[in-house]
Amino acid sequence: MMRDLHDHLKTRYRLGDLAERRANLAFVDVARADLRALLVELRDVHGFTHLSLLTAVDWIEEGRFQLTYLMNNRTANRSLGLRVFLDRADPVGDTIHDLWPTAATYQRELREMFGIAFPGSPRVDEEFILEGWTDMPPYRRDFDTLAYSQQTFSDREGRETHDPRAHMAKKLNPEGQR
Amino acid sequence: MKDIDKSFRKDTETEFPLREELKPRSVTAPDGQVIEIDPLQDYFCQEPPKVHKQSYFRIVEDFYNWARAHSLWILGFGTGCGAIEMRPLMTPRFDAYRYGIQWRPTPRQANLLVISGYLSVKTLKRAIRAYEQMPQPKYVVGLGSCTINGGMYWDSYNTIKRLDDYLPVDLYIAGCMPRPEALLAGFMDLKKLIRKGKAEGANKYAENFDWYKANQKSVIKDWDMPDYNW
Ligand code: SF4
Repeated sequence: MMRDLHDHLKTRYRLGDLAERRANLAFVDVARADLRALLVELRDVHGFTHLSLLTAVDWIEEGRFQLTYLMNNRTANRSLGLRVFLDRADPVGDTIHDLWPTAATYQRELREMFGIAFPGSPRVDEEFILEGWTDMPPYRRDFDTLAYSQQTFSDREGRETHDPRAHMAKKLNPEGQR
Repeated sequence: MKDIDKSFRKDTETEFPLREELKPRSVTAPDGQVIEIDPLQDYFCQEPPKVHKQSYFRIVEDFYNWARAHSLWILGFGTGCGAIEMRPLMTPRFDAYRYGIQWRPTPRQANLLVISGYLSVKTLKRAIRAYEQMPQPKYVVGLGSCTINGGMYWDSYNTIKRLDDYLPVDLYIAGCMPRPEALLAGFMDLKKLIRKGKAEGANKYAENFDWYKANQKSVIKDWDMPDYNW
């Protein structure tokens, strides 16, 4: 089913290969310029009326952000994820709040947590969940949350950390037999 | 605990700007009069908290403490997952009311602040406000390992690790999360502390007010309230 849809759309949009995860879940890479038209067609023609989520992945090694638009077709019980890549050095996405009003909230979160700009999205520059945050966006992978917490909050003496694997091995098998 | 990345330095330079509506400014009233307003000064009392003096006679103070121990009113303010364990205490199964412990909806009517788990910086601000609005004598109980040393949020960028850096804690109840029985035992211990006159957190807060404020302001960048929210 997903294959047919992919073959059908491939003729008109620049799509990557279809990555099928389950019979009713698949992902596909999309060129940024084609995203909007594709979203509209999927919504209005192919029944993917529900935007389940909009989220980002930081591919720091490749120097790019991936935006994932997960769309759901409720009647057919199928989900399709569209993946768009943005330059990490200057991450600017295209707002889709006029297609799904809920997207504005996702975009606000992405702006705050990844620093991806969505020009034109309502209230996108307002604080979302952080308050008085002055450092780099905390979901970026070059943000070191452990180092940050050590530099910000004081530790209490006496905290022990166990490697779960070594600890359980010792506990279940104290003599170390195999 | 070793840090994995020595090269990461947090940004300590950037100041968070004061909110526009809180800046001192002059406004023109409808009748043409120009008035100076400073929202943080005008609407709040700036008086710092005072130490609550002990009574002159030991026996009178003991009597007060006995009475205080029997009147614990918890502020119904749940901050972390631990809040879920306070609900069963209000039901017949655990029934905290038989010990004279009850919950109130507003800080003005409560004298025991239970920090029920992890506290994000954003919630810390509200917890400080709530604590400062409670009338003396007042007590703070930290619930769960998150309040003691950060618990499983020990490496989080946004939750505090030691509650006693920011609020004077009279008693900790360990566990992740502590069962309602542990809470009841903790409240009994708190009563003993109060009767012995050792639950002096509010006075400690007043004495070390500057230290607490410095700690609080070091993590709360967006300080949009007066220094003492009485
Ligand atoms: S101590 Fe455990 S149960 Fe309590 S707030 Fe922290 S993680 Fe949640």
